[in-house]
Amino acid sequence: MEMFDLSIIWAGIIGFGVIMYVLMDGFDLGLGILFPFAPDEDSRDVMMNSIAPVWDGNETWLVLGGAGLLAAFPLVYSIFLPALYLGVFLMLAGLIFRGIAFEFRFKSRRNRHWWNRAFSWGSAIATFAQGVVVGAYIQGFQTENFVYTGGAFDWLTPFTIVTGLGLMAGYALLGSTWLILKSEGHVQDWAYKITPILLAIVLVVFAIISIWTPFVNEVVWERWFGNLRLIWIFPALALLFAFLVFKSVKQRRESYPFIATIGIYVSTYLGLIVSQWPMIVPPNYTLWDAASAPESQLFLLIGVLFVIPVVLVYTAWTYWVFRGKVRVGEGYH
Amino acid sequence: MELDPLMLSRIQFAFVVCFHTIFPVFTIGLASYIALLNGLFFKTQNPAWDRLALFWTKVFAVVFGMGVVSGIVMSFQFGTNWSNFSLAASNFIGPLLSYEVVTAFFLEAAFLGVLLFGRGKVPQGIHLLAAIMVAVGTFISAFWILSANSWMQTPAGVELIDNRFHVISWREAIFNPSFPYRFAHMALASFVTGGFVVAGVSAWFLLRGRDPEANRRALSMCLWLLLFLTPLQAVVGDYHGLNTLEYQPTKVAAMEGHWETANNVPLLLFALPDQEAQQNRFAVGIPNLASLILTHSLDGEIPGINEAPPEEQPPVMLVFWSFRVMVGIGLVMIATAFAGLLLRRRGRIYESTAFLKTLVGMISLPFIAVLAGWIVTESGRAPWLVYGVMTHAEGVTPSLTGWMALATLIGYVLVYAIVFYAGIYYLTRVVRNGMLPEHAQDKSDPDADRPKRPLSAAHTPFDDDVDPVRS
Repeated sequence: MEMFDLSIIWAGIIGFGVIMYVLMDGFDLGLGILFPFAPDEDSRDVMMNSIAPVWDGNETWLVLGGAGLLAAFPLVYSIFLPALYLGVFLMLAGLIFRGIAFEFRFKSRRNRHWWNRAFSWGSAIATFAQGVVVGAYIQGFQTENFVYTGGAFDWLTPFTIVTGLGLMAGYALLGSTWLILKSEGHVQDWAYKITPILLAIVLVVFAIISIWTPFVNEVVWERWFGNLRLIWIFPALALLFAFLVFKSVKQRRESYPFIATIGIYVSTYLGLIVSQWPMIVPPNYTLWDAASAPESQLFLLIGVLFVIPVVLVYTAWTYWVFRGKVRVGEGYH
Repeated sequence: MELDPLMLSRIQFAFVVCFHTIFPVFTIGLASYIALLNGLFFKTQNPAWDRLALFWTKVFAVVFGMGVVSGIVMSFQFGTNWSNFSLAASNFIGPLLSYEVVTAFFLEAAFLGVLLFGRGKVPQGIHLLAAIMVAVGTFISAFWILSANSWMQTPAGVELIDNRFHVISWREAIFNPSFPYRFAHMALASFVTGGFVVAGVSAWFLLRGRDPEANRRALSMCLWLLLFLTPLQAVVGDYHGLNTLEYQPTKVAAMEGHWETANNVPLLLFALPDQEAQQNRFAVGIPNLASLILTHSLDGEIPGINEAPPEEQPPVMLVFWSFRVMVGIGLVMIATAFAGLLLRRRGRIYESTAFLKTLVGMISLPFIAVLAGWIVTESGRAPWLVYGVMTHAEGVTPSLTGWMALATLIGYVLVYAIVFYAGIYYLTRVVRNGMLPEHAQDKSDPDADRPKRPLSAAHTPFDDDVDPVRS
């Protein structure tokens, strides 16, 4: 009856929101993970100042994603959240502490070390929880008649712990390459030094997950080792981008490492989507099963199509205003 | 002991939503006040208005930030603890909650930065426009949330097909029967809350002789505002009650502690409702007054709580007493506003230490009244999640176990305790260091203005007072 499939449009919007969130909150969460390992307090100031103007704008994508899912694909919302119940709590608690710490650290002198701790622990926990979500998505969910029927800890398996740790390394890599872009002097030297190590960890985890995934989920096995050869382009691209990160760090290029890391993420993300497509709540429900009524999807689409461009323009403008290097002993500007 | 995931989920939702509500109920009123102050400054160019606008914008920045942080949790609660409800009602609730988020984003992206950081950097007219748009934006946000809530109280415009609500008429669903009353009641509550906070803080500044010119203006304005709004709120509340009587008679009966359908119903001032025995103990009341208020006739018939079978009755004790707390505080607020009028005629509102101290002491009352009111309306519709259609038990997440709900409840209480402590602590510091002469204000704040970071607009250090106040 429709001229176009609203569910596909919404899958595109939500998919875009998710990757925007992962990339943007990824580098600032990553800096939180790297925070305790920084060489000195000056570097920590630079790290924080490099993300201060943008981090909570980055997190708004998470809220938009959550609300958008409820409106467009309610089944995802009503199965993922109960299934990941305790993990969701950990993620939210981590994000809240981290956000509050961010604001108050700048205003605090005597209590600064406490806010430092809240910032790094909050970032690490939130990231781990998000990595677990990715793992749980690959694993699939135990459902019956559109309801989650699994247990409280189905989300916490050896496989999801590996994906959780993997995302921590991955966000840290985004963080370190972002820092290369935004810093100079000894802070940048440190970022150059740790980037290859983080890249190596990411590649190892990437390999483990790739080998392990087909055993966790049969559909994925079939998809990758069946007749659909074209999808091997995504892991190939991811490896190519990884090589570019490595090479550009060696040449001490400033912006390429970050851009190439984004490339790794986008290729991996697309690879993940094609492994499951069109399953949105694996292994049982497609995105059409999960969709809300077309009139509801249309009702919200009107508002979202109007607002997303505004948010994008404003986001771009913020990054433009705060472009350039952050120096030791001064703010980001 | 058996842990009941349903009861624990209800407690958890009540806790997080009460905690969250405190912030928006204040910022909605305050945003309009800031727009008004900016408008007055724009028109008269009197710097006193500008000083007030500057100070209250700092407070707004902090409270708005706390509201956003606590609101993130809300958008996940529906899925984690009420997944059956989320799925069933998603066709309507989903777009509404999303529109709220979208509105808030749009507001934040376009105007909040200009309001918080654009002072002196953009033309005054643009700054005023931003202030007005932020105020309008807070109302639009409230519009969507209250519409969703009202729909759950008085569902309309939908059809239930295969356990899923489908929207037949967006207009009827959004503007459902209880929505106009709830929206008016809540909007006024926001103004009254904002009015009492500003009046109380201005009184505190006046008691310390800080910027008397500006703070006298602020106090005087608020008292005029409250003189009209507090009685108006009582009238609107009465209409809201009549609407509830029509659509949710059991809730009204619980508010009145009225068990048996009868004529000549008294207005109870005190009672201990006993749910087991389905009657009150130690009831003291004014004869016929409830009939008069609710039916506008002395012998009007009012349906009793026991029209509903015991398993479909709300917790009467909670509803009954929360209602009395709300109304009681409302009466105290009206009395205070009129006391202000009497003192004003004798020219003493700025000098009477007792009156100023009373105003300082009243800062927390409107918040308690708002929470009590929400407890009345939310627990008063129990056991219904969507009134008459879906119960709490039907809406709760099936896979949720008692200990899971308890663990996260304890977790949220701990997280919010820390956040709330840090936030209120910081807010009191902003107030303590507020409205000081230019030279006394701290200029060593390492923080600079950052768009999209509301708190950075407050400019007050977290520790170390600029001008220590012992009180």
